[in-house]
Amino acid sequence: MGSETTVRRPHPARTAEPSGPGEPGRTARKRRSESMRLGTLLIAPTVLVLAVVVAFPTLDAIRMSLFGQPGLDPDTGFVSDTEPFVGLDNYATILTDAGARFWNAFANTVFFTITSVALEAVIGVCMALIMHQALRGRALVRASILIPWAIPTAIVALLWRWIFNADGIANALLPGRVLWTTEGIQAMVAVIVADVWKTAPFVGLLVLAGLQLIPRETHEAAKVDGAGAWRRFWSITLPLVKPALLVALLFRILDALRVFDMPYVLIGPRKSSVETLSMLAHDEASNVRFGSGAAYAVLLFLFVVLVAFAFVKLLGADVVGDAEPRPTRRARRKARAPRRAEGSEP
Amino acid sequence: MTMLARPETPRHAPTSAPVPNRRRKQRRWPLRLAVTGVVVFCLAPFFWMVVSSLRRSADIFDKTPVPTPVSLENYAAVLHPSQGFLRSLLNSLIVAGTTTVLALVIATLTAYAMARLDFPFKRLVLTAIIATCMFPVVSIVVPLLKLFTSWGWINTYQALIVPSMSFALPLAVWILTAFFRQIPAELEQAAMIDGCTRSQAFRKVILPLAAPGVFTTAIITFITAWNEFIIALTMTNRASMETAPVAISKFVGATEFEIPFGSQMAAGVVVTVPLVVLVVVFQRRIVDGLTAGAVK
Repeated sequence: MGSETTVRRPHPARTAEPSGPGEPGRTARKRRSESMRLGTLLIAPTVLVLAVVVAFPTLDAIRMSLFGQPGLDPDTGFVSDTEPFVGLDNYATILTDAGARFWNAFANTVFFTITSVALEAVIGVCMALIMHQALRGRALVRASILIPWAIPTAIVALLWRWIFNADGIANALLPGRVLWTTEGIQAMVAVIVADVWKTAPFVGLLVLAGLQLIPRETHEAAKVDGAGAWRRFWSITLPLVKPALLVALLFRILDALRVFDMPYVLIGPRKSSVETLSMLAHDEASNVRFGSGAAYAVLLFLFVVLVAFAFVKLLGADVVGDAEPRPTRRARRKARAPRRAEGSEP
Repeated sequence: MTMLARPETPRHAPTSAPVPNRRRKQRRWPLRLAVTGVVVFCLAPFFWMVVSSLRRSADIFDKTPVPTPVSLENYAAVLHPSQGFLRSLLNSLIVAGTTTVLALVIATLTAYAMARLDFPFKRLVLTAIIATCMFPVVSIVVPLLKLFTSWGWINTYQALIVPSMSFALPLAVWILTAFFRQIPAELEQAAMIDGCTRSQAFRKVILPLAAPGVFTTAIITFITAWNEFIIALTMTNRASMETAPVAISKFVGATEFEIPFGSQMAAGVVVTVPLVVLVVVFQRRIVDGLTAGAVK
């Protein structure tokens, strides 16, 4: 990072207080309350919009998942337009025979996520190491690495459907003739290949940014001490690049868990070998079975939350990018007395 | 954050200088091969899309790396008014453009507060906003589909724009916060000491300095909104309201068994070219923006 950030103050607003001759304490308090009011005011629109477009629909999905299909009312014998309250029936179906489709989608989602993210991590790290060494042609490499990221997923899926066509280039280059886009494990392979192509460069980009924060001296010191290239990678590069890699992987995992358009366009809807939870929920809802669609969507949501929570807790991914231990209010008040807070920041 | 552009700082020069030139050259070729590998990996499928789009439909299954003869037949077919593809492009532009503008306006205020001001539960709110980025879109699409159906919002622009805010806004807040944090707070404080109010300092000092960051965030948000698929697929059922990615995925040939791969590839190129131009022109900024949040 630039030199200006290395001397970053622990709390910028504090250092700016005009230390006038009057009552600095009162000015500071006034400024703090102003900052609080303004801050609350400025984040209000975002919080409001997200409450309307995210929080409300999510709660509504939970409510909807408790209702069944409108149909013949068993009590009156009349056809009713309103949806009957069915409690947890929509969730209970996943435990019965009808749950086969759900568990298949769940298994597909998990398999897709683990396989594609693992491949993306390995390929991404390799790409980052290569780009980090490259001195010439950086602009070309950077532009080409951004292209898979920029192409819409639906177009990527169409492109790979063409590549994996029975008479396409994949079968021409590879031995044998595989019907990639038909039901079977090869369909999942095709989806994973396409997804890895689209996102591994993105992982590489994030890892590269992490690599560039490592001072070259660290490597040279290890080299002088006799560490080989492999050893330097495992003991120095990887641990130091871990924070960037973890954030990239967290995002990739959560993104892969909600995958929809790649299998939907590349293979097609309602194909059991690639159907994911998102596709299942979408299919139910578009066939006006809102209750079960919402139930699947809620289950996917809970699963994503669980995975994210576990990932952050177990591996300590820092997403907010604010990992520097921010001084607590009390510590700051204490630090105000000597006024030279810069020293406390390493 | 220009680190990607900075190959080596001068202080490293002495360590690399003593290496004899010839040895250095010998060491270079595996690296060059690897770099070429990365570029080929990223570009080959895209290249194949362009090549296939330029073939005549008669020789669409050819495997030559250069189409012979080059034909614009597929482009003519795609852009023909009867195909309605231009309308889809316009829809995409309206939806992605509006989403980007709305998200940027709201996010700029919030990101400034996140980067500069101190208020209760700040970290919690920021974490919650960022977490929203990774939300499974299907869990809001299902209830909104029902709601919008009862409101008669299906096949309207607002039905595409409002749900898109769910991912565009958090993304913009996240990237912009990282950009605002990079602007030295001292500049703003100096302006305030010189008598500016906070809002004047924001408008006259911070916003001009943040303009490149805001612009970069706009590009990234636009590309993300342009690529959106599931919302556009769910909230439309009339061809004239579909966005470009959805429209292309529904291209069908004259018969059921004849998938028009040529037209699909041509349409894919048309949809992708604006993005590729953006990426090539603003590559450094985009990389900065994408990495600013993740690696501060």
